[in-house]
Amino acid sequence: MRVTVNGRPLDVHHGTLVAVAVYLAGETSFRRSVTGEPRGPLCGMGVCQECRVRVDGVAHVKSCQVLCDDGMQIETDG
Amino acid sequence: MSTDVVIAGAGIVGAAIADALASAGASVTIVERAQVGGGATAAGMGHIVVMDDSEAQFRLTKYSRDLWKDLVAEMPAQVEYDPAGTLWVAADGEELQACNQKQRYYADRHVVTELLDEHQLRQAEPNLAAGLAGGLRVPGDSVIYAPCAAKWLLDRAISRGAKFVPGVVEEFELGGVKLSDQRLSCDVAICALGTAATKFFPKLAVKPRKGHLVITDRYPGFVRNQLVELGYLKSAHSDATESVAFNVQPRRTGQVLIGSSREYEQTGSEINDALLRRMLERAARFMPGLGGLNILRIWTGFRAATPDKLPLIGLLRPGVFLATGHEGLGITTSLGTARILADQILNRQPAIPVAPYLPGRFEGHSA
Repeated sequence: MRVTVNGRPLDVHHGTLVAVAVYLAGETSFRRSVTGEPRGPLCGMGVCQECRVRVDGVAHVKSCQVLCDDGMQIETDG
Repeated sequence: MSTDVVIAGAGIVGAAIADALASAGASVTIVERAQVGGGATAAGMGHIVVMDDSEAQFRLTKYSRDLWKDLVAEMPAQVEYDPAGTLWVAADGEELQACNQKQRYYADRHVVTELLDEHQLRQAEPNLAAGLAGGLRVPGDSVIYAPCAAKWLLDRAISRGAKFVPGVVEEFELGGVKLSDQRLSCDVAICALGTAATKFFPKLAVKPRKGHLVITDRYPGFVRNQLVELGYLKSAHSDATESVAFNVQPRRTGQVLIGSSREYEQTGSEINDALLRRMLERAARFMPGLGGLNILRIWTGFRAATPDKLPLIGLLRPGVFLATGHEGLGITTSLGTARILADQILNRQPAIPVAPYLPGRFEGHSA
């Protein structure tokens, strides 16, 4: 299936986490902290909130808890 | 000769009183047992609002809003002053009719408002539900972050000579205030302890009225005005044991602060899941998109409620003054309270009549 990460298309296997797709797209900063520091996945289990990205226009989605879907638009603010 | 004053309680009311008295040259000591602005101050929304429930409530809120406006230029960034304005939301034609009356009331008293029809309401707040009848915008209202405002007012008082003493008040005595570890002598003691005032003056006409607040993650632009359903007054003024109202606020951070609930007969700080659910369902009825936002934190606090919805500001007994009973308006009315209490203590002429707020209006208060 195909998703986009920051507007760039990316082919991923069925069952790929959104967080993994972001990494596969070459992005390492998923979001910026309140003070502007780059942030990315830490716990990988939906607790730390650091991996949040925008998915299909919805802000603050925990990318380590959501699977990719065909056509999904993923945006980081890193 | 300066007046020696001891203020018990460094919430926003106590801090504002310290600032008003210190700037008038009084010798001020303020006592706080915990965090400055950490009680009811931290459980309020920080909404600076003119209210029209009674003439006395209008005068104190309008006077106070004007005093806040005078301070805007000096406020540090952490006070997060936001001239968001209030938008009273009318759910149906009957409430829109009430908006009309509200507008006339305000216009007669030189408060600027804008009446919005259904279409204008949707334009002003695109995330409101479709089908709401309209609203009344009060552009002069605003929002602050109250705990930081309290800290700032306290710092101003200290820079004007006030002394801050961390400590626990044990008793209001003749000519002084007894703390757990020392006694502070004074000419005037002021009790600004919110609901805790009843610990010292058990017959006081003040009851705790618990509230819940919910804050979300950052969604800049999701809400623009401080939104309050017009039916809010039904919740605030009902004597029902439990009530909820749609009350949603944009924070400068982009976060959305969601209220409000009111509960009598509760003294524990735990979350009432059933009431919280009602509060959030009410909010989502007015703003369906709220349901998709991430909640970061839920907390509770206690308003100091009085039977006539007006605060207790003035002499309680010789040497002891009160400043409590502000219910849900303590952030707004802290500055007006401070000014008219200082006026009474220093024998100045207050800018508004103080009789409606005097503690002696209720019979049987502690003497």
